[in-house]
Amino acid sequence: MSAGRLLRLVAVSWYLHLKMLHRSMFDSVMQVVWPLFFATTALLVYRATGDRDALSYAATGAAVVTVWSAVSSNASGILQRERAFGTLELLVAAPAPFSLSIMSIVLAVTTTGGYAVAATLLWSRFVFGVHLAPAWPLPFALALVATVFSFGVLGFLLAVAAVRYRAVFALGGALELPLWLACGFLVPVALLPSWLRPLSWLLPPTWGMQAVRAAAAGQSLWADLGLWAGSTAAYAAAAVWVAATVLRSARRHATLSLT
Amino acid sequence: MSVIEVSRVSRHYHVRSGLRWWRRQEIQAVRDVSFHIDAGETFGLLGPNGAGKTTIIKMLTTLLLPTAGSARVLGFDVASQPGEIRRRVGYVFGGDRGLYDRLSALDNLRYFAELYGVPARAQRQRIAYVLDLVRLAGRERERVEGYSRGMRQRLHIARGLLHDPPVLFLDEPSIGIDPVGARELRATVSALADAGKTIVLTTHYMYEADELCDRIAILRDGSIVAEGSPADLKSRVSEGEVVEAVVHSLPADAIARIQELAGVRSVTVRDLDRAQVLLVQTKPAAQLAAEIAGCLRGTAIQSLSVRAPTLEDAYVELVGGT
Repeated sequence: MSAGRLLRLVAVSWYLHLKMLHRSMFDSVMQVVWPLFFATTALLVYRATGDRDALSYAATGAAVVTVWSAVSSNASGILQRERAFGTLELLVAAPAPFSLSIMSIVLAVTTTGGYAVAATLLWSRFVFGVHLAPAWPLPFALALVATVFSFGVLGFLLAVAAVRYRAVFALGGALELPLWLACGFLVPVALLPSWLRPLSWLLPPTWGMQAVRAAAAGQSLWADLGLWAGSTAAYAAAAVWVAATVLRSARRHATLSLT
Repeated sequence: MSVIEVSRVSRHYHVRSGLRWWRRQEIQAVRDVSFHIDAGETFGLLGPNGAGKTTIIKMLTTLLLPTAGSARVLGFDVASQPGEIRRRVGYVFGGDRGLYDRLSALDNLRYFAELYGVPARAQRQRIAYVLDLVRLAGRERERVEGYSRGMRQRLHIARGLLHDPPVLFLDEPSIGIDPVGARELRATVSALADAGKTIVLTTHYMYEADELCDRIAILRDGSIVAEGSPADLKSRVSEGEVVEAVVHSLPADAIARIQELAGVRSVTVRDLDRAQVLLVQTKPAAQLAAEIAGCLRGTAIQSLSVRAPTLEDAYVELVGGT
């Protein structure tokens, strides 16, 4: 398949899965409402410090956290959902690269996290009076998108691992809270124990989040974005390799169609 | 030329059981199976549940690797050249699953057209063609969740035909469909065969195999126990007769008495809601109707008839009766 055909496949697949995700009114409402509970909790805690900068820090962190929550809980369940629909075997039996098919679905899930970001930022603005005024608005937005994209790549890795190991579904939920801490969404990585920091450096969202903070403060974000790009590419390559490996294993062990 | 060549293929699984101490058990799903299918042929795989039909289809569609032997589809090896095969075959299975219910039929087909690399310019025309072929034109914008089972099955076939594959695998396509829907489905499959497609069909319904298949392989416990045209298979039992009785509360000792009668080849009992159907295959000129009725003395007999064997009788004898 040519690059153009592959791009078209990703775009059409992303659009149709996004359409499917919006067909449930309950899910759509929850995607917007649930993050507000978390944002409210975080903002109430940080407001107690009386520090306006800390409140802005919490608002940005809460917005990003909601996307990760959506991705971690949904992405690892994508393969289970496809199994339940009976479409997993069809995705595998199709000539299109399996990893691209799954990546498109994860991107659709990640996109729905975008609503949570918007809802959280608006909630922070109008209910808590947090005026986010990043020094460099455009790089700030770029870094925010980059961070969200890295969630998609992590979700992709979780999703493809579930082809062979169905327990990964539970792992997705288990990783939700540790990444809040490890990636510095709500607490700076510098405050973490020194032995934990190398783990943070291995996670692309850490660099994305640092770029977001840097852009907000008017500092250079390009080094952080470079590290984000490198680590994200490494995770994406790992996910593609895992997809090919687990697919071979699934053909050998007959684990594709088991629900 | 053979489009599909299967040579001494086997496939086993490992299953684990037990809560505290896992026991690993090997299940032999397919044992040393060989057959070939020529271009344009409709080939049936028949057998009871667990006989290995779906496992064979999954190996031929590259979803499973054989544990022994080799198989080639259109000249490509199923183990080492899956990409070449996937571009050239269509895979359709029966049942409610395999579609995105929340999307319309049109969106489902657009999605699978992308997955199967149907060129963007040709998609509109191709989708319209397959919808028309399966008689879903005009209903394509409705969500699939509102479709009847027959409509879903026809949509499955449309999906499998999007990329115009020369080989089509149909795994129990008529399962759970009402008689009218099943008849429409058979008409569709028949039209595809007329159009020159090579079709591999698995089914539980003998009349379906009889009507559609050029050749049939009957599987039992993972092995092929008979292979030939429907007429060949019927001829294996056509020299005898079948005594069919509809009875109520059939005692086990009556079955044993019938099995002991000289001239009985096999005895099968099928449970209905409030009755049982007893099928006794007899050797030529055995004329056992009266003796069988005698064995059933004390049992309420609703009807008893003698008839010529069908493909189903051949199948029952080959896979083993009661």
